[in-house]
Parts: sequence; C-alpha cells; structure tokens
Amino acid sequence: MIPETISETVTTHDAPKPEAPSRSREWKAFWHNPLAVAGVVGLSFLVLFSFLGPVLYPVQINNPNLLATLHAPNAHFPLGTDSLGRSELARMMVGGQLSLEVGFAAAFMATLLGVVYGLVSGMAGKWLDVILMRIVDIFIAIPGLFLLLFVDTVFRPNALLLVVVIGSLSWFGVARLVRSEVLSLKRRDYVEAARALGASNWRIMFKELLPNVMGVVVVNATFQVADAILTVAALSFLGLGLPPPMPNWGEMLSSSMSYMFQNAWWLIYPPGVAILIVELSVNFLGDALRQAFDPRLRKA
Amino acid sequence: MFRFIIQRFVQAIPSLLGITIIGFFLVHIVPGGPAQAMLGPKATPLRIAQINREFGLNHPLPVQYITWLGQLLHGNFGTSYYYNKSVLSLILINMPRTLSIVGISVVLAHILSIILGSIQAYFHDSKFDYGMTALTYFFYSMPSFWLGIMIILFFSINLGWFPSGGLSNPLNPNPGFGSWLAHTTLPVLTLILVTVAGWGRYMRTSMTEHLVQDYVRTARSKGLRETVVVFKHALRNSVLPLITLLGFSLPNLFSGALLIEVIFNYPGMGLLFWDAANQRDYPVILGIVVITGFLTIIGNLLADLLYGMVDPRIQYN
Repeated sequence: MIPETISETVTTHDAPKPEAPSRSREWKAFWHNPLAVAGVVGLSFLVLFSFLGPVLYPVQINNPNLLATLHAPNAHFPLGTDSLGRSELARMMVGGQLSLEVGFAAAFMATLLGVVYGLVSGMAGKWLDVILMRIVDIFIAIPGLFLLLFVDTVFRPNALLLVVVIGSLSWFGVARLVRSEVLSLKRRDYVEAARALGASNWRIMFKELLPNVMGVVVVNATFQVADAILTVAALSFLGLGLPPPMPNWGEMLSSSMSYMFQNAWWLIYPPGVAILIVELSVNFLGDALRQAFDPRLRKA
Repeated sequence: MFRFIIQRFVQAIPSLLGITIIGFFLVHIVPGGPAQAMLGPKATPLRIAQINREFGLNHPLPVQYITWLGQLLHGNFGTSYYYNKSVLSLILINMPRTLSIVGISVVLAHILSIILGSIQAYFHDSKFDYGMTALTYFFYSMPSFWLGIMIILFFSINLGWFPSGGLSNPLNPNPGFGSWLAHTTLPVLTLILVTVAGWGRYMRTSMTEHLVQDYVRTARSKGLRETVVVFKHALRNSVLPLITLLGFSLPNLFSGALLIEVIFNYPGMGLLFWDAANQRDYPVILGIVVITGFLTIIGNLLADLLYGMVDPRIQYN
C-alpha cells in the first residue's frame, strides 16, 4: 500500500505512544490568556486576604469601641472604623471568609444537582425527559431572587442552610445545559460501543458521558460561583443574609448605606470593591476557561 | 402560522399550571401557616382554628389548591393581610411601574448593545474594542445594588440632578411628566448599565461571527457598499439571537428590578414583594410569584413568535 501520509510510513514501535488523553494544549492556551492570569491573581489575593489576613492582623472584630466610632483610615485603623468603632479592615477579612465559602459551596451544590438532573433527563429521553425539562422550565420562569427572598424570610437561614437554599434554587440552568450536551453526545459511536458491550445506563452516564460534559460544566460552574457570591451579597443587602455578628461583604455594604450622607467612604467602598474583584476574577476565569476549552471559540 | 401560535399557547398551559402549583405549595410549607402570619404575636390556638375555618385553610391541600385556582381564574388573587386590599388591585397599581422601568431599559439597552457591540465587532482588537470590553467586564461584575448606590451618591447627592428615590415628590400635589422622568431616570440608568454589559458582549460575539461568514464576503465581492454589507447583511442576522436572549433574561430583569426598586425606594412589584415578604403577606407573595412567572412564560412565547416573524428562515410546520 502506498502511504498517503508520512505517519503511515512510521513503524509502530517508534511511533509516539498514545498518551492518556491530556488537555495540556488547552491548559497551555489557558495560562497564556491574560484573563486567566488576572483571574487567578485576583482570586488568590482575596482568598489570602480573607483567610491568611486575620492571622497577620489579629484584631478582634466584635469588640465595640465607642470612643473610636466612624474614624477615617489612620495609622491605627488602616481602613477606619465603623459606627461601633470596630476595625473595618479586620471585618473585611473575616467577612470575606463567609462570602467566599458560601458562594463556592452553593455553586458546587447547584452544579452537582444540575449535572445529575441533566444526565438523567438526557439519558432517559421520551416522556420522563419531557416532564423533567418542563419542571426546569417552570422554575426558570420564576425570578430567582423572588423565590430566594421568600424562602429566606421564612426560614432565616444560617450559613449552611443558605448554601442549601441557594444551591437548590440555582441548578436549573446547569440541568438544561447538561441535558442538551447529553442529547448530542449519546448518539456518538463510543456510547453506542459501550452499550453494545453491555454497559448499564448508569455506567454510560457516569463513565462515558460525564467526562465529556465536564468541560462545559466546569466553565458554567465558574459563572455559578460569580452568581452565588452576588446572590449572597444581594440577600445580605436586603437584610436577609446571615445573622450577625459574623460580618460578610454584602451585609457590610448594606449597612454602609446609612453613612452615605456622612461621606464615610471607607465603609462604602471596600466591601463593594471586594465583591467587584471577586466577580471580575471569577468572570475572567470563566471566560478564559471557555476560550481554552470550547473548540468553537479556540483561536486557530 | 395561526395554528402554530395556538399550539404554543396550549403548550404553555402546563407551565402556567406548574407555576401556580409551586407558588401555592411554597406558601403552604411555611411553619405556622398563613393563620399564624395573619395573627402575628396575638395568635392563640382558638383564633388560629377560627381563621383556618373562615378562610377554608382546614381543608386538605389539594382541595384548597383547586379552590384557589378557581378563584385565580376569576381574577381573584385574594386579599392582602397587611394592606387589607385585594391583591389584584395592588398588583395592578405596582406592576405598570415595574414594567415601565423594565420596558424602557430593555428597549434602550437593546439599542445601546446593538450599536456598541457592532462597532466593537467591526473594529475588533482596536482601542475602542478593548476599552469597551473592559467597561463591559466592569459593569457585568458590579453588584447592581452597589452600582445603584454609586449612582445615587454621584447624581443625587454630589450633583443634585435627580431625586434619590421614590416615585414622586410628596410636596408636589400634581406631579407631571417631568417629575416622573426625574424619578425614573436613575433606576432605568442602573438597569441599563447592568443589562448592556451582558447583551453588548453577546452582540459583539454574534456580529464577529457573522462578519466572517461567506455571505458577507460574497456581498463585498459583488461590490456592495460597505454600509450595505454591514447594516443590511451582517447586522440584521446578528441581531436575531438577541431576541431569544431577551426571552431568557426576563426573570433576571425582574430580579434586578427588585433590587433596584428597593435601593431607589421605587414603588413597583419588587418593592411590593419585598414588603410582603417581610410582613409575611402570603396572598401578595403568591400573587406576585404567579404573575411574574406568567409574564416570563408569555414573554418567552412572544420572543419565539417574534423570532419567527423577523427570520424568514424559520418555518411554522
């Protein structure tokens, strides 16, 4: 046989060994993207600030000091003090922990629920798929914040419950996304092959399909984190976030509004800027991941 | 076409029913139930039983649901515990206010995103493109309530151009169009900035994809003027997906409007809902959830139909 390409002339033993499917090319593209670097830097900064910061700046956050209320930033209080004389910097650090933890955990839960639901719906097909997707349509139609607000006023959740509430009310988009991926993937040859070998539906779902939807899921999960952190902040802003005395950025931003007319800028800007940096970083990361791993967006 | 519309409306009925079911059961999973909420701290077991009997709350849930649904179909949304007015009348007062700010924002945001996104796509990788992308990221990532505060701080407190909230000046007995405009500008501005950030990016991607298509190259090689190529060929096709996007964004727009109404103390559906949630005013909560859900589903339906109307490639079969 006349070889049509050079590769066919290469004998098997010195041909490069087929590697385990690695995404090294994609990761390389990812790290070469300035968005990715900015996102990683921004997020690492805030994580270090919130979790390592209190170790380096060990100031009590719940000790009111009524002799030092509403001080502008000075040598003693780098970010000033709030209306009870508590150090704003220390509160920012501790507040970040809760905001970040709840945001990431809720996004993780939403993603998990959505992936399982989408896989089941896409695999099931027929009437079950129709019913499952209808349920998603209905939940998507009700503005998320309205549901959250209602559930929140009724149950007044602590941090863990808030994660559960946000997680269980924001997985609908993921489910829809995963299901549409599954619908196109399940006709592929490798799925047919697995089926011909007698693989069960569960095996096909979790061993064959799941790894192939992970790319889309991870990108989406990044944006879920951004959404969840914003949601926590918005709920706290509406006075429905987490119970005091533990601060969080949304609640700090919300309480700073009372001092708007006194021009207490050191109370208004830091929590807002912190939320803005998290959101920017996470959105950067999501876009960079999408550009690296979505073949339709990859530059030639 | 007509058959298609009827078909889509029939298909929407289960979704509409689903929303009523979710709303209804949501309110009835509340510990203590509506009677507790109505009576507040004065609740005694005797009074609770009395209220339950009076409002039919002692029947099994499915029976209550059917009764409630029957009333709903007659346009009876119940009576607010807190305002002691019919829920429908409250919604009818507040909904147009929300719809007006959302509607104006949607129209202006569309125009802005189309213009900005197209310019960005046409001059991609230019300074303008980078600048706009940076701005887009900024507004997209900014919490809308913080943006609202900043806008109040800048435009009402520092510059004093606009009132910081409310819908009319209580000292002005006869507010006209000018007063309305002054009070709606800032909420609308906030909503536009948040929305354009997302839609503009979408428009940019859509336009970029279309500008490199074969039909655009063909149009150019036919010797058509560049303006015709861009406006008549590329632009028209890239705008289409925005219609679907609008349908999808409706729930988010309502959520966004809620926050903005709370910040600007703008008496729309969002503020009504917020007050109702704080007062445990269940009939109002239920009414608003059902109405916004309905509006979203109908909005999606209209977006679908509109898409079919403007895109001749879509066939109704």
